[in-house]
Amino acid sequence: MSTQTETKTIQISKGILKLERRKRIIMGAVFLVAALFIWLMFVSDLDPGVETRFVMTPGGASAEAPDWVFPTSVYLNIIAGISAMLGAYQIIRGFGKRTYSILALVAIMFIFSFLAWATAGGSTNLAGLLRIMVVRAVPLTLGAMSGILCERAGIINIAIEGMMLTAAFVSTVFASLSGSLIVGLLAGVISGGIMGLIHGFLCIKYKINQIISGTVINIFATGITSYLSSKYIQKVDYQYLNEPGMFPQINVPILSKIPFIGPILFSHNMFVFAMFIFVALLTFLLFKTRWGLRLRSVGEHPKAADTLGINVFKTQYMAVILGGMMAGFGGTYFSLGSSGRFDEVMTAGRGFIGLAAMIFGNWHPVGAMGAGFLFGFFDSLSVRASLLQVNLPSEFLGMAPYLATIIILAGVIGRGHAPAAEGEPYEKE
Amino acid sequence: MDKSENTQKKPLSVFWDEFSRSNILVIILAVFTGIVLGGVLVAFTTNEVYDAFRVSFWNGLGTAIRTAWNTYVSLFTGSVGDPQRISRAFESGDPLAIRRAINPFFESLVQSTPYIFGGLAVALGFRAGLFNIGVEGQIFIGAATGVWAGYALTGLPAFIHIPVAMLFGALGGAIWGFVPGLLKAKTGAHEVIVTIMMNYIAFRLVDWLLKFPMKDPTEFTPKTPWILSTAQLPRFFDTPIRFHLGFFIAVLMAVLVYLLLFKTTWGFELRTVGSNPNAARYAGIKITMATVVAMTLSGALAGMAGANEVLGVNYRLLPAFSSGYGFDSIALALLGKTHPLGVILSSLLFGFLRNGARSMQLAVGVPIDIVSILQAVILAFIAAPAIIRTIYRLREPKHKEDLVTLGSWKG
Repeated sequence: MSTQTETKTIQISKGILKLERRKRIIMGAVFLVAALFIWLMFVSDLDPGVETRFVMTPGGASAEAPDWVFPTSVYLNIIAGISAMLGAYQIIRGFGKRTYSILALVAIMFIFSFLAWATAGGSTNLAGLLRIMVVRAVPLTLGAMSGILCERAGIINIAIEGMMLTAAFVSTVFASLSGSLIVGLLAGVISGGIMGLIHGFLCIKYKINQIISGTVINIFATGITSYLSSKYIQKVDYQYLNEPGMFPQINVPILSKIPFIGPILFSHNMFVFAMFIFVALLTFLLFKTRWGLRLRSVGEHPKAADTLGINVFKTQYMAVILGGMMAGFGGTYFSLGSSGRFDEVMTAGRGFIGLAAMIFGNWHPVGAMGAGFLFGFFDSLSVRASLLQVNLPSEFLGMAPYLATIIILAGVIGRGHAPAAEGEPYEKE
Repeated sequence: MDKSENTQKKPLSVFWDEFSRSNILVIILAVFTGIVLGGVLVAFTTNEVYDAFRVSFWNGLGTAIRTAWNTYVSLFTGSVGDPQRISRAFESGDPLAIRRAINPFFESLVQSTPYIFGGLAVALGFRAGLFNIGVEGQIFIGAATGVWAGYALTGLPAFIHIPVAMLFGALGGAIWGFVPGLLKAKTGAHEVIVTIMMNYIAFRLVDWLLKFPMKDPTEFTPKTPWILSTAQLPRFFDTPIRFHLGFFIAVLMAVLVYLLLFKTTWGFELRTVGSNPNAARYAGIKITMATVVAMTLSGALAGMAGANEVLGVNYRLLPAFSSGYGFDSIALALLGKTHPLGVILSSLLFGFLRNGARSMQLAVGVPIDIVSILQAVILAFIAAPAIIRTIYRLREPKHKEDLVTLGSWKG
């Protein structure tokens, strides 16, 4: 008997090793392909003497930085070389735990090369691009963190979109009625929490399949917000309900005066700063506190957690409510932080992209923010595609993040990594 | 379900078997409760009701009920037709007046048609344990490939051109379903995420196709050329009735899906993979194969929904043509208990609701979005029968009720 289990264990561990090796090689191949792509598509396409000019000051910023001009093909050759060396090392030895950071590095280098190639012979406002990237990443990152909170406790949350939409609507109405942005913000966050509670109610108490429960919430949120919107706040008589105002831009003293970095990171409305704070806070809470350990143990092995005296249902309810509030906060960004009004279906699928950012970021807040930046970058790039020197349709740039998600999901993440007990309703015995 | 496999039962009785076992009462009560709640919402969002409540409570209650009632009456006349108008039209004997009077009914059938295709696509996926949330994108691609075959292939007679164009639509959708199926089977990438991503890729791809390669050069805005008359699905009546052959193709597809799922070994294997993957693995069923084929077929059905719309209704492709058929399909597949006959019935319900809601919006000013709210509420009740049982104090079922078996991201 024991020998049997031993052989089985050995077999399994061999299987895992094999899987690890395959992943390592695939990752290395990805780095190598990136290097090859830079050489074949970008470098060979350029005249040797051509230069790239990046404008380092976003429009309207007070802290000015000089333009960055460099010989394009020299820089691209260096970048491709580094990427190829990283790929070779990854295939032979592997970076182990640091693989994902290296992947992020290669991704950044690749995007930089693309931008340098696309700008060659002209100029691009790099600072402006990055500034928009940070802004666009906010709802994605906040949505992803909503997903992380729920999924770390074992509840799949595809209702992020619906929660955000609800909060965007509620915050608009409350802020317009009260004349206070804070009241609107709180109302939005609470409405998100209520949607989370409903999600929890459906899939913890009634044990509905969590994906179906999320779909119900998404359809309902779209329906109710569009219904009330076209019944009231889009009408001329009720315009006063759709004038919530917007959070003002805050220029952090001193920091916002740093050239280049200042305007990109430290000169935004409060949502951007809140995103950074929440990412740091959630990382700390999830991985450094007892609360986080308990939450994660519920998501990984609810039975064991229950045996140790953790109240599984209570933890899950808390997680979905907090997750809903986080999505609600992200939703208020659309109305109070970005457009200053509510429009039907204004979240436009960002909740789903947040979900992708969560998976992309490996269920970790910092990773999710990185993925949010990546998606945000392509978002901001596709808007400005016409300004680039190369004739690339903006639709294809817009596709890039989704394609990247599929490739990463299929090639690198695949099975595993998600909390182990996710999606299975817990039955107390 | 398994018993009906062996004994040669008629399709209808098999359906009835499943249906009553899943407790038909719950479904009826779920729809009923959803409609009541929708009425409450309508009453709550009508100013006259508040005015009436200021007069007296009973006055207010009466007005509230009357408002909800009027809304549903206009929903009914908008989806089925106004009986008085129909009888008057028949009395007058004017063929155009008759066609106009009975048009709402046929228009509802036109609205139901893409739902049947889409619902079948989602249902087929669910039966194999797959959640195809990418029907919307597959509809877009199917519409694009279908419309291309409709205008670019010239010189074909209608009886060849129509099936070829439909097949092109199915093919486009099939490709869009094949990719997530393959990735799921080979790498474990969860189909929900991949199909969501494929949706966005499809939207942008079709946007681009409409702007450049497929754009009608004589138009300023992105539109494809009109399809040739040989590719148009024949209509059965003169204007304004748009009822066309697509409805019967959809019903035929439902029959085929039924036969495939319940009358073939392969369908049995597929359902086993869906309901119990471990048992399927021990039985030696190729799960990889079943996953890929199920997703591909699901995508093909969704693609036909798109082709049906361009070949039967619009005759060309415009940006953002599918208004949420894909997402509604999820709800109606579950409402139909993922059974082809159930899908047809729930598609008819959704088609009539949607068509009726449109004229309701014009007649009594209730936004069309009320339909989404009804759908969500009904879906929640169907998915959690315990809620309905609690409200109406029904007895608990003897067996466990599971709508679908779906895995988490782990695959």
